[in-house]
Amino acid sequence: AVFMENVCSRSRLYFISLTLDTTTHGYPECVKIVEVGPRDGLQNEKEIVPTEVKIQLINMLSGTGLSVIEATSFVSSKWVPQMADHSDVLRGIQRAPHVRYPVLTPNLQGFQDAVAAGASEVAVFGSASETFSQKNINCSIDESMVRFEDVINSALEKHIPVRGYVSCVLGCPHEGYIEPAKVAEVARRLYELGCYEISLGDTIGVGTPGSTSKMLQSVVKEVPPQALAVHCHDTYGQALANILTALQMGVSVVDSAVAGLGGCPYAQGSSGNVSTEDVLYMLHGMGIETGVSLPKVIEAGEFICTALHRRTNSKVAQAQSVKF
Amino acid sequence: MGNVPSTVKHCLSSEQLLLDYPWLKSWLLEKKEIVPTEVKIQLINMLSGTGLSVIEATSFVSSKWVPQMADHSDVLRGIQRAPHVRYPVLTPNLQGFQDAVAAGASEVAVFGSASETFSQKNINCSIDESMVRFEDVINSALEKHIPVRGYVSCVLGCPHEGYIEPAKVAEVARRLYELGCYEISLGDTIGVGTPGSTSKMLQSVVKEVPPQALAVHCHDTYGQALANILTALQMGVSVVDSAVAGLGGCPYAQGSSGNVSTEDVLYMLHGMGIETGVSLPKVIEAGEFICTALHRRTNSKVAQAQSVKF
Repeated sequence: AVFMENVCSRSRLYFISLTLDTTTHGYPECVKIVEVGPRDGLQNEKEIVPTEVKIQLINMLSGTGLSVIEATSFVSSKWVPQMADHSDVLRGIQRAPHVRYPVLTPNLQGFQDAVAAGASEVAVFGSASETFSQKNINCSIDESMVRFEDVINSALEKHIPVRGYVSCVLGCPHEGYIEPAKVAEVARRLYELGCYEISLGDTIGVGTPGSTSKMLQSVVKEVPPQALAVHCHDTYGQALANILTALQMGVSVVDSAVAGLGGCPYAQGSSGNVSTEDVLYMLHGMGIETGVSLPKVIEAGEFICTALHRRTNSKVAQAQSVKF
Repeated sequence: MGNVPSTVKHCLSSEQLLLDYPWLKSWLLEKKEIVPTEVKIQLINMLSGTGLSVIEATSFVSSKWVPQMADHSDVLRGIQRAPHVRYPVLTPNLQGFQDAVAAGASEVAVFGSASETFSQKNINCSIDESMVRFEDVINSALEKHIPVRGYVSCVLGCPHEGYIEPAKVAEVARRLYELGCYEISLGDTIGVGTPGSTSKMLQSVVKEVPPQALAVHCHDTYGQALANILTALQMGVSVVDSAVAGLGGCPYAQGSSGNVSTEDVLYMLHGMGIETGVSLPKVIEAGEFICTALHRRTNSKVAQAQSVKF
């Protein structure tokens, strides 16, 4: 709640449309965007990005009004070569005041390396799918909780907040359908261990407003909506509709990636992360405050796409670049 | 998720619909591919087998304005009409209507605008003048018991005027409805709408036209189409226009997408438990066919994901 206050109080005045209430849906007045491009986005890009480019991207994003920018991941470089420069990135960025730079720390070793490099917020990554957990981090969900408990306890001792991720909340590439109750259970466990916020990830983007709604109905019985975030992938084009559904159910934190960086590793050539630009366009069009400048995010997106020699996944950025 | 209808009718707009803008002539002349008649016919025949109940087949507009539509009569005569499927055609004026009837049309559509400037630039007349033309078409059609659908373009923004007042959209929709159109399709022509503006616009329109007689025709140029469609469903609209494979780019933002793709809309509706009667795999198949014929990639994310699934 304190972070949301920071976003709302220092944001510019937007014209807020209040006619939305006649649709019988309440929407939050403010939404916090968690920018995951530099980590989740780049992690899924084929081309290894030079450290200085990552740093420049994060510095540009730091000037857009974003309040949370996930900077890197302290995972072993033999598993994720893209993140091998994690310490250099974290040390190299110019940290803006009022912006937080969480980093992924899958285990205690990663956590300790992150702290040594100056991390002031970390995240752990669980799964609602047993098979995905095994294949992704080589252990069961229960075993992963033991690892996370170590990280979380160490972090809380140092007053370092921890964010929890749950992957495969609307479907698993191996198991298929995932029971909402299972998602709720994993979310609850992370929340009870001490994570301040739980980000629910539709890892393969198969969700729809139907399944999003059912899943959230289960989760909010275990974790209050104010402590939830949605991390929607756009592989099936459903992300904005799913985000809209989540907002209608009281969620007010949305993960997204500049330029929609990061394809889907499970459907080669398909898109992955929803793009921050498209999310901002929607939210601002609804009169919802974010504190973020869409033109500046578009600029950051243009920078990273040029550096990656690729086209943006953001439809807003595409349309703006060729507008007549 | 709010109250959404349990059934949604799909109106498939083929690429031909988007091309019924005279000013597109120059754009089309640059476009290298005029789609052969037999390809159009095959596409429509494939779509006829998907469960779709409405497939907009062609446009009886003058071929000097829209060369892509020059074969309108051949297309309409050449398709194998499936039972329980309707094949409306665009008829911008009385001449077009008469040609359409001669070619066997059993449903027609007229295309108005909520923007005065767009009307002038697109069909060379004011909104009022266009209503006179449409009245002729509608009266002739109703005499022959041929239903008429009305379109309103630029409902959420105009490439020339920018913001369009919801009250203006409501007025144009009402006029078409009162003239005798059984359904009014509200088009976000340049795809700039969001759930915010969609909601405001519909709040105005439903005061003049009942929601059951409304459809939404959302463009996905800014990626907002599915969110806007969801908003419309929550406000009682149960008819959605879309195009297989998301055919038809945005003429106002070259390289950007235009029509929302039928596959992505179906995926969302079916995921919400809403019945459409349409087979998604068969629509994907039709999309693959036309994209191969046009030598282009599909705009549908569902089709893309399905084609490379591991």
